[in-house]
Amino acid sequence: MRIFGLLTVLLCGGLLIYHTADFPAWGDPASPASTHLSPYYIEHSIDDTMVPNLVTAVLADYRSYDTMFETVVVFAAGIACFFLLRAAKSKTPESMLYRHIPTGITLRIEKGSKTPPDSADFERIDSVWVPYDLIIKITCRLLVPFIQLFALYVVAHGHHSPGGGFQGGVIFGAALILFALTHNLSNSLKRINEKTSALFAASGVLVYAGTGILCLLLGANFLDYSALAPLLGGDPKMAHSHGILIVEIGVAIAVMAVMVWIYYNLASRGRHDEGL
Amino acid sequence: MIWQLDLIIMVLVIAAGIGAISVKDNLGAAILFGAYSFLMCLLWAIMGAVDVAFTEASVGAGVSTVFFVAAVFRTTRRTKD
Amino acid sequence: MDGLFDFIVSKYNYWGYVVLMMIGMYAMIVKKNLVKKIIGMNIFQTAIILFYVSIGAKRDATLPIIAHGHGDAHHAVHAVDYMNPLPHVLMLTAIVVAVATLGVALALTIKIYKQYNTLEEDEINARLRGR
Repeated sequence: MRIFGLLTVLLCGGLLIYHTADFPAWGDPASPASTHLSPYYIEHSIDDTMVPNLVTAVLADYRSYDTMFETVVVFAAGIACFFLLRAAKSKTPESMLYRHIPTGITLRIEKGSKTPPDSADFERIDSVWVPYDLIIKITCRLLVPFIQLFALYVVAHGHHSPGGGFQGGVIFGAALILFALTHNLSNSLKRINEKTSALFAASGVLVYAGTGILCLLLGANFLDYSALAPLLGGDPKMAHSHGILIVEIGVAIAVMAVMVWIYYNLASRGRHDEGL
Repeated sequence: MIWQLDLIIMVLVIAAGIGAISVKDNLGAAILFGAYSFLMCLLWAIMGAVDVAFTEASVGAGVSTVFFVAAVFRTTRRTKD
Repeated sequence: MDGLFDFIVSKYNYWGYVVLMMIGMYAMIVKKNLVKKIIGMNIFQTAIILFYVSIGAKRDATLPIIAHGHGDAHHAVHAVDYMNPLPHVLMLTAIVVAVATLGVALALTIKIYKQYNTLEEDEINARLRGR
């Protein structure tokens, strides 16, 4: 099997390497990929949309159908993880561990016994619990707000610099995952729980598709942002720029929520009680 | 586009890729895959695809490594090959 | 000699992507561990993305962000001065979809581990035949 697999791979690779001789040279400005469609995008996008970052302009304006369905794919992946892993009913565990923070004593509460009052002194801990590293905990607590601020900057500044909805959404989700990693899962579920993340994921797709429907209702084509000019103020070209921003915000919300949602399901095997 | 720099990083990418599939520990494979993703992001930044490199730096080196580590934590590190 | 050197410089990028693709394909076919197979699938994906990005590269061109500023006189934009943004757009969305599919694949892996208590393909096959 190993030899057979290696032979197949070498045959495919050999054929592909043999045919690279016919490819255009690397970085050739006259290659077919650079001569047909992309010159139009490069030369006209700043006139059409007032967005200097060509990638953002093509992503959310010229090819916004494509991006809309990519967002739907990400949303569908979140739902698929939910249906594959999520346990239908959370059963109460046999025993729960609580930690009294000032003294560091761990209490094991058997099923049916009285649980400690919900105060700052007691916290529930996982069954496999290692003491939190103080430096990691404090550093991440200080870093998370700045990572989130940077994520919002990436979303909002995607018109003028590298960035946009996908990157900003993933960075925002990564900040929440960092919080869940350095504290425990139940702490982060208190901040953003499963219902919230599912609602955010759906509402991000809704913002994107809703912008398209709104354009349709205002008498233009689906996702033709120039129809939004009377609502947003400014001329139709500036409306393209604002429409791209709205759509990018929708993408960012959906991607952020789906990343957090998938992480919750993977890290707790769908039970949402104990995590990584 | 400096082809010498590109060549060095491409050799590192291939080395990290071979390492990621040949190390006999799932957690080590996940970490090496994160390194592979980050080197790949450098390669794209050299080729001028800044948006793609940005996405890969946040997605490939950040979130997907965490997904791998979470999955290995919930399954097993043991692997035969 | 000079011609051969130029040929290698203009083509080695494609060879690099073919080698990466071979690594990923080898891992998907030969490796028995499911996590290793998923890592191979991701390497395969990034190899294809690398191919698209290297198609979009252009000699003596700058990043696909048009130079601008407040109050600048509007000047003409020439296509040869900027890299091809189209492959970048296609691949940017492909990366995000790749991480979403990675999540689904790992969810399936966790489900399989719950059922069979192993990640090795041959052990799972033996369990399936034994029934």
